Amino acid sequence: MGLFILRRTGVMIVTALCLTFIVFFLTNLYPNLEKLAKTQGNFRMSDEAVESWLDSQGYMQPTIVKYGQWLGVAPGWTRENEDGITGRCITGQVSAEAAAQAPTFCGILQGDWGYSTVFKDQVSTIVSKRLGATGFLMLCVLVLMVPTALAIGVLAGMREGSMTDRSLSTVSIMSTATPEYVSGVIFIAVFTSSTVGLKWFKGTATSAMDNPTFENFFLPVLTIALYGVGYIARMTRASMTEVMTAQYIRTARLKGVSFRNIVVKHALRNALIAPFTVIMLQFPWLLNGVVIVETLFNYKGFGWALVQAAGNNDIELLLAISVVSVIVVLVTQLISDIGYVFLNPRIRIS
Amino acid sequence: MDPLSWTGQIAFLNPLMMLTLAALGLSILAWMVLSAVLPENRAINSGAAEMMASGPRDWVASAVRYAFLAVIGVVLAYLILGLILDTKAGIIGALARQFLPVWIALVLLFAISINLKRKLGLYGKLFDSPIGMIGFALVMFWVFTGFFGAFDMIITHDPLSQLSGLKNKVPGTPLPNPEEGQFAWYLLGGDNLARDVFSRMVKGSWEVVKIAPLATIFAFMVGITLGLPAGYFGGRLDTFLSFLANLILAFPVILLFYLLVTPEIVATGLPQYMAAILFAFPLIFFGVLINSRFHTQPQKNYLWLAVVLIPLAMLYLSLINEKGSVLDIAPRALDFFDIPGGILVVFVSVVFVNSPTVFRIVRGLTLDIKTRDYVAAAQTRGERPWYIMLWEVLPNARGPLIVDFCLRIGYTTILLGTLGFFGLGLPPESPDWGSTINEGRKLLSIYLHPAIPPAMALLSLVLGLNLLADGLREESLKD
Repeated sequence: MGLFILRRTGVMIVTALCLTFIVFFLTNLYPNLEKLAKTQGNFRMSDEAVESWLDSQGYMQPTIVKYGQWLGVAPGWTRENEDGITGRCITGQVSAEAAAQAPTFCGILQGDWGYSTVFKDQVSTIVSKRLGATGFLMLCVLVLMVPTALAIGVLAGMREGSMTDRSLSTVSIMSTATPEYVSGVIFIAVFTSSTVGLKWFKGTATSAMDNPTFENFFLPVLTIALYGVGYIARMTRASMTEVMTAQYIRTARLKGVSFRNIVVKHALRNALIAPFTVIMLQFPWLLNGVVIVETLFNYKGFGWALVQAAGNNDIELLLAISVVSVIVVLVTQLISDIGYVFLNPRIRIS
Repeated sequence: MDPLSWTGQIAFLNPLMMLTLAALGLSILAWMVLSAVLPENRAINSGAAEMMASGPRDWVASAVRYAFLAVIGVVLAYLILGLILDTKAGIIGALARQFLPVWIALVLLFAISINLKRKLGLYGKLFDSPIGMIGFALVMFWVFTGFFGAFDMIITHDPLSQLSGLKNKVPGTPLPNPEEGQFAWYLLGGDNLARDVFSRMVKGSWEVVKIAPLATIFAFMVGITLGLPAGYFGGRLDTFLSFLANLILAFPVILLFYLLVTPEIVATGLPQYMAAILFAFPLIFFGVLINSRFHTQPQKNYLWLAVVLIPLAMLYLSLINEKGSVLDIAPRALDFFDIPGGILVVFVSVVFVNSPTVFRIVRGLTLDIKTRDYVAAAQTRGERPWYIMLWEVLPNARGPLIVDFCLRIGYTTILLGTLGFFGLGLPPESPDWGSTINEGRKLLSIYLHPAIPPAMALLSLVLGLNLLADGLREESLKD
């Protein structure tokens, strides 16, 4: 078990390095840098001016060196000119003595995430603030989505082919066929618009940032949860029907155990192993849904920050966001692998 | 011209519709309550339970069935009366009349297919399952709509032209001063640039119908060509390819889209290089497929290879080659057409996102199938690995693959909508559903009508694909 976790963690770290390098490479392609130079400096810069600006900011080094510096495993660049020394780890222009005091390494490993050009703030503060807002949203989504989906799946899979099964399966198919931007639009139209007249909820969740209430927060949560419910419910149903046809369930029935006891005591535990993995692997999709819903409801969280960063070519913020989201996805995958082994006695004991 | 109401002269059907819908809802509720309250049947096998059941259960069951048939009947009445009365039957009538070519095509398709269903294999069996039939009808409705819409048959106005005075107008608004031969109403209203919502929705279906299935086919080619050897040979190759697939799967899709589709990245030609790699997979696939089969009969082999590969190679060159961009390698004579830049980028990113999942499915199926006896028999005969993979393993994996293909087209449709929703890739005036929803949502609290039709269209198409996949899965399991 320990070896397994160790190996999985190793693979995870390699994957994270590869992915962050890809994002780093893509965001640091020359046209992106050129745009950055023009937005930060002057829109009418000539090509030479752009190049010299980029050179003075350390952007013209080879990508792999820049990646090492950003990560914090390579020493940050420094540059001497007539007025003093500038460098990656130095703010502004300082004298040689002050430069000697500055740290040699400053990357994300040292906790230096860089500076956001859109929000004019430290990336670390932005990311932690936005992540807090989105974390709360995700928590509410999970609280709503997981019990609903499991209940639907277990009820449908309990008696395969029954009317309950068929109607609940139709519900779950419908929910998987409704992406967030469709259900969100329909919900806003039905529940918030002044033309229909049902003004039950608010169409934006901006105020939910400071003061989440049922009125302004329920629709975004419902919209994200709805798309995930169907998939988890179908997986739960499949797993439940498989368990219900197992030999030991038949034995229990023949011994005269009541149907309720069979479902609750014998089937449920084994049927919930597979959905656990599915729920954990849903996180990449949840992240997707979060971006759409935060844009739709104007909830200024992590996904909203992603759209802002990507739309405005904010390289450092975009990198930080991708690091965080990649780590979230990989950690949930790791938890799902370990959890699967842990929950399944057949694998755990052998 | 007067504004059109929703139902016009067939308004008498509305209370009937309400009544039947209420009956259907009540009977389904009653059924669910009854099945929870009444003692369960003593049979474990559900098939036997249905035969043995009688009493209240049976009555409710037939009530549900009749209520459902009644709803279908009323909907048909709406459509048929609408077809006959045209605009006198309000917006519904006019819509029914506009979709006339689609109805004809659907009826013909279903009549022919049901008549010949015993000769048509899995496709014919689809018509034994009501769920599959409903799904297939929904899917074909949008396929025909897209197809006829591409020939300007269903649309009432030009999807890009703006008519003054019709900005954000409600459904059924007449044109202020219609010209001769011009359709006199905006059936589903006007959007915030005074364009016809209905025509844009119809044109948008063509965007989906032309991109989604093709992108899914490409994703399948990539997934199959890489997944078969990964599952069959295993070892280092498998580890490496699986690592790559997991790498792409761990990437948040929207971030990937933003990184690939921005104009700066497109300018570097990265999507074109990716297209050059991804589009080569069909060539490899068909080349290996034919070569592994006819390797021992060189003459036949070369003939088939030439017949299949030469057109494919020409298509490939024209696809990836674009004048004045980084990839301008093929001679002019071989570059038959240019794909508009935006579409190519969208296409590539959708294929790129979908292929790792297909790869994992194919790899899993191969791992399972390669333990079967017929594979061992082929190995004993001395068949080469690629023959076994493509002509023994792949045909036996077709059931799950076909089902996944349907689901994946739906997923691709959702992805395309997502791209449109964020305004990535496609030109801003493009009528595709995602972009239309994105435009409509900005004024959603005041004007509902521009965003709802494309949303419902996307919903029904994806629902149809899901139902179709469900029906196919059920029928293929019956074998």
